[in-house]
Amino acid sequence: MTPRVVFPNKILPYLLVAPQLAITLVFFYWPAGQAMRQSMLREDPFGLRSKFVWFANFEKVLADPNYLNSLKVTVIFSVSTAAVAMSVALLLAVMVDKVIKGRGLYRTLMIWPYAVAPAIAGMLWLFLFNPSIGSLAVWLRWLGIPWDPLLNGNQAMVLVVTAAAWKQISYNFLFFVAGLQAIPKSLIEAAAIDGAGENKRFWTIVFPLLAPTTFFLLVINTTYAFFDTFGIIHAVTGGGPGKATETLVFKVYSDGALNQLLGDSAAQSVILMVIVIALTAIQFRYVEKKVHYD
Amino acid sequence: MKIYGMAASLAATLLSTSASWAVTEISWWHAMTGANNEVVETLSKEFNESQSDYKITPVFKGTYPETLNAGIAAYRAGQAPNIIQVFDAGTGTMMAAEDAMKPVADVLSMGGKPFDKSQYLSGIVAYYSKPDGTMLSFPYNSSSPILYYNKDIFQKAGLDVDNPPKTWNEVFEAAKKIKSSGAAPCGFTSTWLTWIHTENFAAWNNYQWGTNENGIASLDVELKINAEPFVKHFQALADLAKDGTFKYGGRTSEAKQIFLAGECGLFTESSGGLGDIVKSGMNYGTGMLPYDTESQNTIPGGASLWVFGGKSDEEYKGVAAFFNFLSQTDIQARLHQVSGYLPVTMAAYEKTKADGFYEKNPAREIPIKQMLGKAPTENSKGVRLANLPQVRDIMNEEYEKMLAGEQTAQQALDNAVSRGNAAIKEALGN
Repeated sequence: MTPRVVFPNKILPYLLVAPQLAITLVFFYWPAGQAMRQSMLREDPFGLRSKFVWFANFEKVLADPNYLNSLKVTVIFSVSTAAVAMSVALLLAVMVDKVIKGRGLYRTLMIWPYAVAPAIAGMLWLFLFNPSIGSLAVWLRWLGIPWDPLLNGNQAMVLVVTAAAWKQISYNFLFFVAGLQAIPKSLIEAAAIDGAGENKRFWTIVFPLLAPTTFFLLVINTTYAFFDTFGIIHAVTGGGPGKATETLVFKVYSDGALNQLLGDSAAQSVILMVIVIALTAIQFRYVEKKVHYD
Repeated sequence: MKIYGMAASLAATLLSTSASWAVTEISWWHAMTGANNEVVETLSKEFNESQSDYKITPVFKGTYPETLNAGIAAYRAGQAPNIIQVFDAGTGTMMAAEDAMKPVADVLSMGGKPFDKSQYLSGIVAYYSKPDGTMLSFPYNSSSPILYYNKDIFQKAGLDVDNPPKTWNEVFEAAKKIKSSGAAPCGFTSTWLTWIHTENFAAWNNYQWGTNENGIASLDVELKINAEPFVKHFQALADLAKDGTFKYGGRTSEAKQIFLAGECGLFTESSGGLGDIVKSGMNYGTGMLPYDTESQNTIPGGASLWVFGGKSDEEYKGVAAFFNFLSQTDIQARLHQVSGYLPVTMAAYEKTKADGFYEKNPAREIPIKQMLGKAPTENSKGVRLANLPQVRDIMNEEYEKMLAGEQTAQQALDNAVSRGNAAIKEALGN
């Protein structure tokens, strides 16, 4: 049991949390309330004519094949991004763990991409893979791969997944390195003495002991792929070709900001809010459990 | 010393505030970057120096769609600027919100000078007017798509360097020759498949794009772009795309890169794109936009200036004074010659012609000749929808699937029509 903190002053605690509360009110509750109100309105862009339609916007959005398509795109995108970002990060972390000399330098270099803004990361990969001028695109063509992400939806998806995963590898890497360091060396040494090979040691000892870290990162990476990759998609594909890379978040933007369908867009953002609340709830429950376990 | 300084700065503040009481501030939100942004700044400065009653303040608001969104958001928050620059595709959106706007014709007459339509280029004015002829916005930068070609590639392919192809069939044949002769990896590319190959393709060939004069007579439009000539044109593009004779660059101006890199021999793009091509030092030539059998007239692209409603009379007088300033022959002629936009007034066109400017810069006259070509028919006055940006995106999605070989031109255009019509209905049903 944690001891309850008791403040002698009844007002001071409220005053102390007031700034945080004010920020949450202004930047979360107020816009969220606006979005919920807007999601039940049908309105022209300028707000000259407005009609209250209850849940008609939600019905429309959920029945729209394009919305279901973007749901599918989001799932494919998120799963691939999380899988690539986590497996590459784990591989690198295990490798770095074995390096004796210059470990600090490797780690610093690995962490660098995390500081790059999503839109800039997107532009970087866009240039590397630009069919006309990209240096990596030239290699692909040289290998005989007809590289054209402007028209080939699967290639466009590969491109955005690569860019999104590349940016997240650093973050995952940090956590995996920390996780690896927490594994007692004696366990691994004991296994080695018992004759377990490197592979066997990794899969039977290291990997299971990393499970809490892996699960935590899975949640974080899914949230990242869902909500923080707008900049990359906006810069690299703009949701195209066709609707091949239009994720849920990007569709909110294109329907609301480009097409001025404010009701539809608001309904979609309310749905997204529900998803993010669910993800956060899972995360909190998990974190709580972990504290208990320790 | 400190006190003197404070007193001086206080006096200066008082002076400047009292000066600004007399001056009416006019805000102008725009989307111009680079050299075009400098033109905006210069014009504003010149206007502010030419008189002392009004002060115009230009504010850059991002891309065209971003500027439009900023204007809409500001209007909803009761903070609308006086003037906002809106791109061609946003014209219908603005017209549908007539209550939020003040027609430019009314603003100009408030400035004391009655509005004389005959001074302006008819095609452009018609595009920015209501069906009853009231001019709603002030044409600021207008452009039209034309053909560009790389003379070095033409030479290598054994094509006539001085006679660019005139019809689409000739373009496709020339493109095949460029590809098969190995003169360049690709024959033909284009920016804006929607604006150039759909909207202008229809007007220039006198084909119907949509009902109700393509939306000019009324925004209640049914698309007609799955008719035979469109299918034939897009199937030709799709066939050429298979072996890379036609190369797709993207939904807006991205293909310019491909042409500038010397990858393709032929290129269709806005006349406003000339600046970058000149700058690249390429040995280029220009020609009229290709047509099928006979040419009609092209329709304007670019942007116009809209005036928000609900402001004071004094502010409207200032806006009128600024528009009158912009309409002056010298200013228009200079704008046209420096920036490559079309002149808005006939007088500016005549002056540029008399100055012998077109003899040295023939490319600058092509879009004007195209637009003035013939008296517009109901197919060639322009294209207008309450949600044209959205419908263009629908078309782009279908075109991309077609060029990727996932569907035929007929399927792509059928889908574009049915999805487009549903979106138009939805936008009007608000």
